[in-house]
Amino acid sequence: MIKLKQLTAAVAVSAAFATSAMAEQMTAVSFGGAYGAAQQKHMIDPFTAKTGHKILFENYSGGIAEIKAQVESGNILWDVVDIEVIDLERACSEGLLEIFPQDTLPAGDDGVAAADDFSEAALANECGVGNIVWTILFAYSNDTIKGGKPSKIADLFDTKTFPGKRALRKRPQVNMEWALLADGVAPADLYEVLSTDEGQKRAFDKLSSIKGDIVWFDSWSQAPQLLNDGGAVMVQSANGRIFSAIQADKKPFEMVWDSHVYDLDVWAIVKGSKKKALAEEFIRFATSSKPEAGMQDVAYGPTRKSSYKYVDKDVLSKLPSAHLDEGVKASGEFWADYGESLGEKFNEWLLK
Amino acid sequence: MSAATLNSVSQSLSAQEIKESKRNLKRRKLLAILFVAPLVFFILAAFVAPIGTMLYRSFYHPTVAQLVPETLTQLERWDSQSGAIPDKKTLITFTLELKQLAKARTAGKLAEEINRALPGSSSLIKFSARKLKKLDEQLLANNGDQRLLEFKKGKWGDPDLWQAIKQSGSVFTDRYYLTALDLKRDSSGSIVQRDTKIYLKLYWKSLKIALYITLLTILIGFPLSYYLATAKTKTANILMVFVLLPFWTSLLVRTTSWIALLQTNGVVNSTLQSLHIISDPLEMLYSQFSTILAMTHILLPFMILPLYSVMKGIDPSYYRAALSLGGKPIPAFIRIYMPMTLPGISAGSLLVFIISIGYYITPALVGGTDGQMISNIIAFHMQSSNNWELAAALGSLLLGLIIIIYWIYDRLVGVSNIKLG
Repeated sequence: MIKLKQLTAAVAVSAAFATSAMAEQMTAVSFGGAYGAAQQKHMIDPFTAKTGHKILFENYSGGIAEIKAQVESGNILWDVVDIEVIDLERACSEGLLEIFPQDTLPAGDDGVAAADDFSEAALANECGVGNIVWTILFAYSNDTIKGGKPSKIADLFDTKTFPGKRALRKRPQVNMEWALLADGVAPADLYEVLSTDEGQKRAFDKLSSIKGDIVWFDSWSQAPQLLNDGGAVMVQSANGRIFSAIQADKKPFEMVWDSHVYDLDVWAIVKGSKKKALAEEFIRFATSSKPEAGMQDVAYGPTRKSSYKYVDKDVLSKLPSAHLDEGVKASGEFWADYGESLGEKFNEWLLK
Repeated sequence: MSAATLNSVSQSLSAQEIKESKRNLKRRKLLAILFVAPLVFFILAAFVAPIGTMLYRSFYHPTVAQLVPETLTQLERWDSQSGAIPDKKTLITFTLELKQLAKARTAGKLAEEINRALPGSSSLIKFSARKLKKLDEQLLANNGDQRLLEFKKGKWGDPDLWQAIKQSGSVFTDRYYLTALDLKRDSSGSIVQRDTKIYLKLYWKSLKIALYITLLTILIGFPLSYYLATAKTKTANILMVFVLLPFWTSLLVRTTSWIALLQTNGVVNSTLQSLHIISDPLEMLYSQFSTILAMTHILLPFMILPLYSVMKGIDPSYYRAALSLGGKPIPAFIRIYMPMTLPGISAGSLLVFIISIGYYITPALVGGTDGQMISNIIAFHMQSSNNWELAAALGSLLLGLIIIIYWIYDRLVGVSNIKLG
């Protein structure tokens, strides 16, 4: 009996070694929700099926605090992270991410070289490769809206015509931009105005005009919920959340594209990752034409042109990429400069 | 052998026996130390060390001094009051050091540090680092200062920027504590008020909320514990389960169920509306009210349990004696019974107050804007602004505040009066 146990143990151990020699395992981290599910379906699972390597897919809520903690302590738990461009700029210049060899990216399915196939913004940072274009816009529900149909950003600040609560994410990002745009600042001058004291005051004054009607939330998952249970008549949201509520749950929600603030999400590798080669291989796969096109499930746009032939025609008009001229590109540089000081001022304003 | 007999015998002990007993005592002490050693080790490793290193960050901050040491030495010669920028030599030294940082990909660290002292300078430093990376070192050694001053419309010509670099360069610093108290140093080095005033307000607010919660838990917990302590054992046991049940339920579940109850179309509002008590839904969630309500519920067991155990130990004959000696029921209750419950109230209040002042998750979920507490801004600096040093300073002040309150409490009530059971 003992011999048998030893034998099975030996077999198990040798089997484990055998598989580990062929298949490796690494950890990828993203934002979860419907977006995470789409990535699991179109990027993680196909990669495992194709190469046999295992990927532990975990969630986080953005920001660079956890990456910083891992790099500073030398205890690297994550290999690949899906990171917002706003954070990427900072993480990369502080040496928290590995440099990604962008010249190794495969050509598109139509044979166009990667450098021409990707949008410029997707390869703008040496530490990562653009994965999706997503955006923050506001949405309303046909069931609860009163006073007509909002169509522009000024309507969000017009509580006379459209009475009711507005739900905004509790942070200065996007809210400051919207306040100025609604106040008549041209999109081209937006960040220049916002970097002055007068501009910031102007934005806070505009926000103050509806302060009593704002409901604040902390996580994107709360946005469709607030719209659904009547907690607010207009909500700020990542477009994918509203899209999946309309598509999957048949909610009577409408998206307003005016002055949406779009940004990219990027795949990057944590500095000091022990699975760097595998991580690079995964990123090359995940940003190739077909897996990227899979992000249409949650209405996030691919960052390379060759992906668009896989995108459903009905979905095409709901992607941020179809509305770029109505929107503003979020400035990672501006928020790296003023994120902290405006964060403090924003909290001060909240307390007033 | 009992203590008394040991004592009487010891007077007539020989030197040899005294030695023996001392050795015995020593051995027993060693044994006792061995018993607590795992606990001490655990506390040191899991509690004191990490918290200590975190708090150390709040005043020891060598990052900038490590990044641009030469520049800082040169800046010592520069008079920040002069209104002019440092001399050519300093600028060239800085240019060369910044180029090195750009090569090592650590320019971003410098940018973030300086940006804290002077918002807006991060992009300038990163931009300059990118440009300098491509320029020839020899060339920079000759006229690096001119190159530097060309970047971004001559922003490097601002003396405030150099002042910011000089200030951030000190290894031991009080600036995080000053910021945490809404203060800062001006260019001449004297302490002045900051333009943004937020942290003192938040400390005050946290104190206030913690106090409200403590009073509410006493108000609700006292009668309930009294009933529990005087009821029949069977009833008391069943009721006790109801007190303990929330204790066994996840904190998140309890907080989110308050969201379900209080939200605009939640259980409370729809019940009140269907009973025609109100016509429009009340705004209860995301406010100070909901924070206090949810936290009172969550922390109630911490008040009830010590109160109950103290009340259980009070001999009911004291109260009966007061009545039989002619005391009226209510004055007798207040003057005889209540003072005896003080140790329980003390223990409960201290527990509830200290736990609630640093509470994070409930205010974060149901607090909205006016239910924000100091813990939420500490989380902001840990998670989004990445200013761990300021977070550490805010945390140390909170710790200090709690110690002061504890000290005052000890003075007024006496910690020896506390009874947990």
